[in-house]
Amino acid sequence: MDKNREWKEVDLNENDAPEEISADEEKLLDELGLRGAARRKFLGQSIGGGLGVFALQLLAKEQALAALDVAPDAVFAQSAGLENAVKVSMKVNGAAQSLEVDSRMSLLDTLRERLDLTGTKKGCDQGQCGACTVIVNGNRVLSCLTLAAQCNGKEVTTIEGLAKGDELHPMQAAFIKHDGFQCGYCTPGQICSAVALLNEAKNGEASHVTRNLRSNARNVKLTDDEIRERMSGNICRCGAYPGIVAAIREVQSGRETAQTWHFATDDEIAAVMTDNDQAEIAAMKREGKTDETV
Amino acid sequence: MAKFIGKPVDRVDGRLKVTGQAKYAAEYTHKNMAYAFPVLSKIASGEVAAIDAAEAEKAPGVLTVLTHKNALRLQPIDVDQSIKTGSLLGELLLPLQDTKIFYANQYIACIVAETYEQARYAALLVKVKYKETKPAIDLEKEPKVDSTSPRAKQVIVGTPVEAFNSAPVKIEQVYKVATENHHPMEPHSLIAAWEGEKLTVYNATQGVHSSRHLLAQTFNVPKENVRVIASFIGGAFGTKAMFWATEPLAGMAARVTKRPVKIVLTRPMMQHCTGNRGATRQSVYLGATRDGKLVSRRHITETCVARLDDRRTEYLELAGGNTSSTYACPNIEITHKVALLNVNSPTPMRAPGEAPGLFALESAMDELAFELKIDPVQLRLINYGEANPINKLPYSSKHLKECYEQGAAKFGWSLRKSEPRQTRDGEWLVGYGMATALYPGYRSPSAARVRVNSDGTVSVQTAAHDLGTGTYTIVAQTAAEFLGVPVNKIKVALADTDLPQSTLAGGSRTAATVIPNIQAACEALRKKLFELATKNNSSVFSGKNIADVELRDGGLFLKSDTNKGETFETILKAAKIDSVEECVTVNPEGQKSNEPCFVSEIPAEQNADTKKWDFHSFGAQFVEVGVNEQIGIVRVRRVLSYHDCGRIMNKKTARSQAFGGVIFGIGMALTEESHYDPRSARFVTRNLADYHVPVNADVPEIEVYFTNQPDYKNNPLGARGVGEIVATGVAPAIANAIFNATGKRIREAPITPDKFL
Amino acid sequence: MRPFKYTEGKDETSAVRAVVVNRESKFLAGGTNLIDLMKEYVERPNELVDVSQLPLAQIKNTSNGISIGALAKNGATANHPLVRQNYPLLSMAILAGASGQLRNMATNGGNLMQRTRCQYFYDIAMPCNKREPGTGCGALEGINRIHAIFGWSDKCVATYPGDMANALYALDAVVRVKGANGQERTIPIQDFHRLPGNEPQKDNNLEHGELIIGIDLPKNNFANKSYYLKVRDRASYAFALVSVAAALETDGSNIRQARVVLGSVAHKPWRSGEAEKALVGKPATDATFNAAAEAALKEAKPLAHNGYKVELGKRAIVLALQRAMNGGAE
Repeated sequence: MDKNREWKEVDLNENDAPEEISADEEKLLDELGLRGAARRKFLGQSIGGGLGVFALQLLAKEQALAALDVAPDAVFAQSAGLENAVKVSMKVNGAAQSLEVDSRMSLLDTLRERLDLTGTKKGCDQGQCGACTVIVNGNRVLSCLTLAAQCNGKEVTTIEGLAKGDELHPMQAAFIKHDGFQCGYCTPGQICSAVALLNEAKNGEASHVTRNLRSNARNVKLTDDEIRERMSGNICRCGAYPGIVAAIREVQSGRETAQTWHFATDDEIAAVMTDNDQAEIAAMKREGKTDETV
Repeated sequence: MAKFIGKPVDRVDGRLKVTGQAKYAAEYTHKNMAYAFPVLSKIASGEVAAIDAAEAEKAPGVLTVLTHKNALRLQPIDVDQSIKTGSLLGELLLPLQDTKIFYANQYIACIVAETYEQARYAALLVKVKYKETKPAIDLEKEPKVDSTSPRAKQVIVGTPVEAFNSAPVKIEQVYKVATENHHPMEPHSLIAAWEGEKLTVYNATQGVHSSRHLLAQTFNVPKENVRVIASFIGGAFGTKAMFWATEPLAGMAARVTKRPVKIVLTRPMMQHCTGNRGATRQSVYLGATRDGKLVSRRHITETCVARLDDRRTEYLELAGGNTSSTYACPNIEITHKVALLNVNSPTPMRAPGEAPGLFALESAMDELAFELKIDPVQLRLINYGEANPINKLPYSSKHLKECYEQGAAKFGWSLRKSEPRQTRDGEWLVGYGMATALYPGYRSPSAARVRVNSDGTVSVQTAAHDLGTGTYTIVAQTAAEFLGVPVNKIKVALADTDLPQSTLAGGSRTAATVIPNIQAACEALRKKLFELATKNNSSVFSGKNIADVELRDGGLFLKSDTNKGETFETILKAAKIDSVEECVTVNPEGQKSNEPCFVSEIPAEQNADTKKWDFHSFGAQFVEVGVNEQIGIVRVRRVLSYHDCGRIMNKKTARSQAFGGVIFGIGMALTEESHYDPRSARFVTRNLADYHVPVNADVPEIEVYFTNQPDYKNNPLGARGVGEIVATGVAPAIANAIFNATGKRIREAPITPDKFL
Repeated sequence: MRPFKYTEGKDETSAVRAVVVNRESKFLAGGTNLIDLMKEYVERPNELVDVSQLPLAQIKNTSNGISIGALAKNGATANHPLVRQNYPLLSMAILAGASGQLRNMATNGGNLMQRTRCQYFYDIAMPCNKREPGTGCGALEGINRIHAIFGWSDKCVATYPGDMANALYALDAVVRVKGANGQERTIPIQDFHRLPGNEPQKDNNLEHGELIIGIDLPKNNFANKSYYLKVRDRASYAFALVSVAAALETDGSNIRQARVVLGSVAHKPWRSGEAEKALVGKPATDATFNAAAEAALKEAKPLAHNGYKVELGKRAIVLALQRAMNGGAE
């Protein structure tokens, strides 16, 4: 049995909190013990990113782990130094990053474990799913098969680097509009892939389904089949491919795609509904077992 | 008229997902994180004779090497008690408790190290000697026995054998569906952190409360000491519903090292250690009259279960199970037999039972239609049932006729040639096929808390899950609808054991479980708000009844005078409080419990209404394929999927689920197959290059229709789940279309190019 | 992954020297196959010499055709105007393989070094003579649906899985390598890969430390009539069950020159001299194509689960030749 969780009444320190956060967030922040500068930094991460009230509650859970104290008798390795350390300086989403990594460390793990850029996903870690796709020096590549050591001097763009402040990249917005994802785990890879794809089409690059390879025309207008083939390196197990294709088609063509939904009409239903069905529903309505307000 | 429910509202978590801000289990940070990596058994049967971890222990960065010799002793799971709480158990095999090995790649040790690279490398340095016995792996050759699962009990209605034998027309065939693996894009991942006797786990799970209950048991701590969080789950499809050894392994690694420990399975571990859809060999016997009436239907399934010492909670693929609800038929036999194999336990996978079961049944129906020269849609209408042919209960709401008729019309089914090989498009032979889809309409108890804040925002909390299924969004829509607040003012928190208990995400039950619960909580809150407002004598509501008011625009308003009302802010300010909340438990019958936030210990399936009604969703799948016969390649050219899943909560997310279901079905029909090596019982298909899930280029245009007819007998809003039915019927529709295109009947899925030659 | 030293290759000579002096060292270019194999502990070098930044990525005209840098990316190669215009078969083959992301990483030299997809090779708990000589061949009597029907030995039934090389065999490529002594040598493509025989651990005829620096393609008259057909278990992003690189040069209605190379049927791309003989001098008709296909598969020796490759190989050859005659259209 679950106990009711008590909601603490808190004494707000109004100077600390930007006005747009609610009492609910206030409570969370207080539960986290975040006040003053720490609170401002936390809010900067969340609201500044344009994520809205929905996100804040989720982000708080991260802080809950981060705030956890280290046990006094925790086990640490004797020599925690890195083996075969390699110095890497690269630009990630426009910011210079210099760090020492184990020579074995992939770019993917570097982003996720060292730079806290967990938007780039580990799906298979062996080049077979595309979830880890990032853009390096303008090209879409797989960060799981790229050693961090090989990225010295390179420019890396991840999903976190596509939006300009609160303004989403058009591809991100189109993915939302066309519901080009469900669980969202392959999504950063899909979007990075799709963004780089626009450039490939602009450069006239061909694909397996391109009919005339011997023409080098630039600014290729991608058919749905072209989009499907070119996006086949990004697996989506939820099966959001139709939405992904629609999103890319819309961004690449610059033409808005209408969305239609197919529901049965009353006439179509009445045509096949038995008298018995109708009588029963009427009875349930009388007994107040239905909600007719919606 | 609904303002929010049913509308194609964008996912409320969409922005988080497209910006990379949505946090999945492995993505929470702690500066002292340690990394665990399991060591896997080479053999599939026998035991560990000796294990030498000395070299691994000395490897750089290694904190500890856990083996059966030094592992924490875990408390065995109390099966009866766990089932009562609705926990899904699966494989009863806690890690590193003894030397026994039941399947290849079972965990036999675990490295904990400072970094992932160090842990993974040290796992290679553990030296193991085995005492090996010959594994059992051949489904066809191993003896078949009865399963211990009560759901696998044989069903006999009438006299199926006699009726078959005397039927004027007979179809008798064997159909096979290969072993499949879930392979969600996010691997099983956990972060476990102990703080004294308290355990916090970020877990990619479909059941936070189930996981908490079982972790508390195994570590012998009160369940209040365990918190499980699964805010975002990167796909699951059933593999994250049961309790796998990875969960206690992470808890153990964290407990021993006293550090937060992260564990992320590799893709080959996902193949080997997280369940699968067991292969099935299904014998289907259909007896019919010349005019197409079924007189007998026998469905005999042979499948596998894990060969464990403790088989009490074994899981098998119930291919004959729910498929019995498809057609009226007076004589029915449903039989399941299992071979005990040295495999990681089969586990539910999207439409477990229904998906492979309908491949067999609906292929056989197509064979019968061809034999009788009756149109396949017509044959199904001839055998249309108004009640479940086994328990005889009438269906709560069934609009399958419309799915068949309207679906056929919109697809252009009338253009289909009844004889095969009649349509050619260049190198391609073109064919049409269809099949019935169905899945039960489950519903479970659930609790939810809804709170209105003084700033006009609303918090909704319930420990249900969003696997990508859209729960966040439909919960927000429901609260918005019943509280009269815009969707963007609703904050939804899910999948955290600190929240009121709700259902495990399985059996397509989340919508039908959670939505009426949110509705009820909002109703209770409406009353509370009205009471608060009327306490104030100067209120515009004094002397009014609750029936006289409506909730909209962030406040209470009189129905009679739409200008008169009070905002929540005003009401709360007058009452001198910050917020007002209600926490409500709803049982399957649709009755509110007297104990808020309390979920009684009744089994999830026990729904009082199931004594009166049979709850099922239905649908019809229509498919056009092209077959390049020369090289055995099949391309699905077009799909129309028409479903009757009760009220649709969100046109956009429901349609996406249907897309995904159809694509899952394309995988079963054409590409997905796991092979075991016949000697070692190890999977040879170990990764996503060998195990082929459909890619974007495999997927054509898919049209989705819903009848959108509320099932008020299931719940007051009439919603039923969408996630699984949409994956059924696709594979047989494709196989039937291949027959229509080529005249070739292929009875083994997946239908890969080699099967044409 | 075994700990290894990461060494940045500064120039060809020092990179070659670094590998030559250490038997356990390997070159690293795109890493698309090597890094995966290292994670799986199939490859266990203690040093990687990164050659990916060496200036070997040019694609240019030569007096007798074109020269392709070993470190040009697969994607850039497939899309280079000189390749698309004059060797569309090579573009087709490359674009039939992997994914956009992988083609942006993988290099031409690395692609020639790609190792088999035999699942017994990949799983270190399984026996495999290619990975660990003397442990036996797991696939010979195991699951061998994707394995060889030509040229296998009882030590190894693995196939070369790539696409690009099949086209290179059809296009008479020559591989240029730099050796330990600093000297360049050339290897005709048909001598690059080898059959397993008793040493399946050796995929090809390179010496330890030899670095591929380029691939030369001579001029030909195949550009109008060539086709790369790949038959696989899904529509994209999968290795071939069988593939065919077909190229024809016709003289009126007669075939003047022909190339037929089968992929994923042997330990190396399988150029069929028998099929080519059956084509040259004959009219470009279905009857001729069928005869060529029969000739190509006559000597095939299938295993327990890959018998389908014999019939599929024949049909794929016919279809590839038909489409080649059709200028690539179905």
